[in-house]
Amino acid sequence: MPKILRPLDVYKYLPQTNCGECGESSCMAFAAKLIERQVSVEKCTPLSEPKYGKKLKALLEVLRSPVKEVTIGIPPNAITIGGKDVMYRHELTWRHPTALMIDVHDEMEEEELIKRVKFVNDFSFIRIGRELKLDGIAVRCVSDDSKKFSTAVSTVLKHTQLPLVLCSYNPTVLEEALTIAGDKKPLIYAANKQNWKEMAELSSKYKCPLVVSAPGDLSLLKSLTVSIKKYYNLDDFVLDPGTFVDGGTILDTISMFSVLRYAAIEGEDSDVGYPLLGVPAAVWSLFDGNDDEKRLMESIVASSLMSRYADILILHSIDVWPILPVIVWRDCVYTDPRVPPSVKPGLYEIGKPNEMSPLLVTANFALTYYIVKDDVERNKIDAWLVVVDTEGTSVQSAVAGKKLTAENIYETMVSSGAMEKVQHKTVIIPGYAARLSGELEDLLKDWRVFVGPRDSADIKQFLEKIWKQEVFGEKQ
Amino acid sequence: MKEEKKEENEKIVIDLLKLLSETDNVELEDVTIDAEEFAIEIVPAAAPGRPELFKLSLEPVMPGATGKIEFLVEASPQGLRVLGVPPVTPAAPAPPKVVELLSIPFKYPQLPYTSKIAEVQLGATKSEGGSRGVTYKLGGYSTPPMFLFQETSINRPLFALDVFDMRPTLAGPVKRSYADVLEDPVAWAKKCIETYKADLVSVHLVSTDPGIKDTPPSEARRTVEDVLQAIDEPIIVGGSGNPEKDIDIFREIAKATEGEKLVFASITLDMDIPKAVEPLVKHGQNAIALAFMDINQAKELSRKILEAGLPKNQLILDPTTGALGYGIEYSFSVMERIRLAALMGEEILQVPMSCAATNAWAAREAWMKVEEWGPRELRGPLWEATTAIVCMLAGADLFMMMHPLAMKIAKTFAEALQKVRKPLSEIPYEKWVEAKY
Repeated sequence: MPKILRPLDVYKYLPQTNCGECGESSCMAFAAKLIERQVSVEKCTPLSEPKYGKKLKALLEVLRSPVKEVTIGIPPNAITIGGKDVMYRHELTWRHPTALMIDVHDEMEEEELIKRVKFVNDFSFIRIGRELKLDGIAVRCVSDDSKKFSTAVSTVLKHTQLPLVLCSYNPTVLEEALTIAGDKKPLIYAANKQNWKEMAELSSKYKCPLVVSAPGDLSLLKSLTVSIKKYYNLDDFVLDPGTFVDGGTILDTISMFSVLRYAAIEGEDSDVGYPLLGVPAAVWSLFDGNDDEKRLMESIVASSLMSRYADILILHSIDVWPILPVIVWRDCVYTDPRVPPSVKPGLYEIGKPNEMSPLLVTANFALTYYIVKDDVERNKIDAWLVVVDTEGTSVQSAVAGKKLTAENIYETMVSSGAMEKVQHKTVIIPGYAARLSGELEDLLKDWRVFVGPRDSADIKQFLEKIWKQEVFGEKQ
Repeated sequence: MKEEKKEENEKIVIDLLKLLSETDNVELEDVTIDAEEFAIEIVPAAAPGRPELFKLSLEPVMPGATGKIEFLVEASPQGLRVLGVPPVTPAAPAPPKVVELLSIPFKYPQLPYTSKIAEVQLGATKSEGGSRGVTYKLGGYSTPPMFLFQETSINRPLFALDVFDMRPTLAGPVKRSYADVLEDPVAWAKKCIETYKADLVSVHLVSTDPGIKDTPPSEARRTVEDVLQAIDEPIIVGGSGNPEKDIDIFREIAKATEGEKLVFASITLDMDIPKAVEPLVKHGQNAIALAFMDINQAKELSRKILEAGLPKNQLILDPTTGALGYGIEYSFSVMERIRLAALMGEEILQVPMSCAATNAWAAREAWMKVEEWGPRELRGPLWEATTAIVCMLAGADLFMMMHPLAMKIAKTFAEALQKVRKPLSEIPYEKWVEAKY
């Protein structure tokens, strides 16, 4: 079972002075937030005093997630991965969204390399008011030539501040690159059965996190990790069980990821309690198919592994369409499943509405809002949309739970100024809210309330067949 | 001269303060300082090869005062930068004495699941009382979908393509795949099976909606019979979503196709459930129960249907699929919770789950023409395939899909379950690093 902390387990390692430096009213309140992962230990400034050294150490140990947090890169662009406490997001929101790294290699034309780095720097997709971005660059050594690799790494460094993964199985190649990039704390890829001692030394010397790679062999993966941990006293690992994709082996990959995560969290096997690396880019060297087939496959592999516990992914395609589903799925799966997303209540304009445009009412559940908005837009309708505060619930549940009532529809119409926007003095409420129409009509006095369709997909038909005829006497 | 000296002193003090603030700690032991002012001096590189060590000396400046304190400080890398000392390559730590790879076997965790998902048969052959040439089994799993390594022989998820009994409004990329059959459900069904290799088809009798064409049950029945004549596979019979009319439709068709083990979709909480279930029980048909993204609603619905007499192995649960980007995470978590609860012993949830991945086309990222987003002929199907596969990983077993390419991607994924796959040791995964692509 995953460890379940109580505030007292944490409180005993706090200064217990209730000084309030952290912004909480008491150390106990801070403890409660710590176990909910809502605040970080650094907020307790007194704990950094030398006299609390032992407590701090013990506290960090108690708070350590079954999957360790590992940081790649340096501030302000450092990313932290791992830190997972649960298998399933309905138990507790997943922390630290999967990092998405795009590859370049040392035999690319410089122009191509810079183009790819800039693509990563500039990539931005805005969705529901949030900006979705890529996280960093994986530099692969194709040449097996230290000079070439270092040149590629310095070119990348010249064009980005984002964190890097340096990829080669040759320690000599990596060492030279680390002399230029080591202080940027890149992730080193990878220690395997042959090179693990040299790689461990590099990781220790440059204080960079290290990928431990044992494709398809979980016992070797565990053995390597434990050996490096024991002999080199290292603890910042990322595990690579291999990303197999051809001939349906993606299923084996998903199984390995799942079983590793299950062992770390439910089985309390701390030897595998580290972030997991997936390499959807392996599609490009393993999978038979044309480029578009590879892009499709790479995207599917990325989304699948993200669903099943990958903490960092290396991707190759820099086309927007295969990245889009991955980055949107990441945004979705890392939200808090207990909090329904909502939009701000009030009056919204869709298209270019005027005083003759329909006035529609809906709930402030984000999905409801976006679906309604989308249906109205898609049908090229100009409309006013009154979004009522239903505490982020859908129309159907809000009506049942009395969170969408005639009173709050009326109040929102008044306070948002919606009533002055139209001359026709009619309002259209959702089909699921039909039973509020009488009461709303009483409140609105000389206004007319129309009961619209249950599904906004039918809004166009409703407006043309019913509303327009009733209001303007138009015939089809 | 004096001004310059003062300025320099101030600079040193600022630097020193910075240095101290960046240094982890400075400990002074057995020291008493009894002076109003100090002279502070920093002497760099106190030890050869250790540029991070500085000698710090404090000396009282009061005339006649004595007592100079000297100590070493170790600057942090940040502090070194403040002082402008170039960083050096750190010395390699002394290699450990014994370095042999330990051999520690990874133990596959024991999974706690005790129960099994019911196995539902879709379609019946002549000898079983139906007329289908092809039948399928769905469900029967005893682990969540991602722990497949423990399953030996396993039913794979199944894929139905949508067919409509009247010309529907479809997204551009979907429409193109069916342009020649949009008016003819029989030809449409044949195309889904023969050209696009769907496992089965889902015939949506949308025209029966009283608000659309109000097609009578007898006519809807003829459409279904014609499709059954044309293909060998079982079908899903989809109503219009009108809770009263659908019962009439189900009754008419369930009777006419007695023993075929078709799937009737959907039974919802706003229906008269005993009335809806009765013909399905009587004529040996399966049902899909549609709940709205809520595990408690799913339980209530399932319990009512089972209480109305439908055997568990004739029921499939549809917890509602939100499109990728439009609520899919709720579907993902509800499906995951339903499947885990079922495997842990919640009887009323021990049934296969269905997923209308077609809902993916509600997302504008799937259908909208936007040049920067890339071709929607690929983007759309990928959106639908991703929606399906994400739900598959959460436990969905029966997929309603629309775009042939999306279905092909998801189906290939599922088919691998029953395939003899290459041993991983024979696959050169490592090559991804040095391969040129």
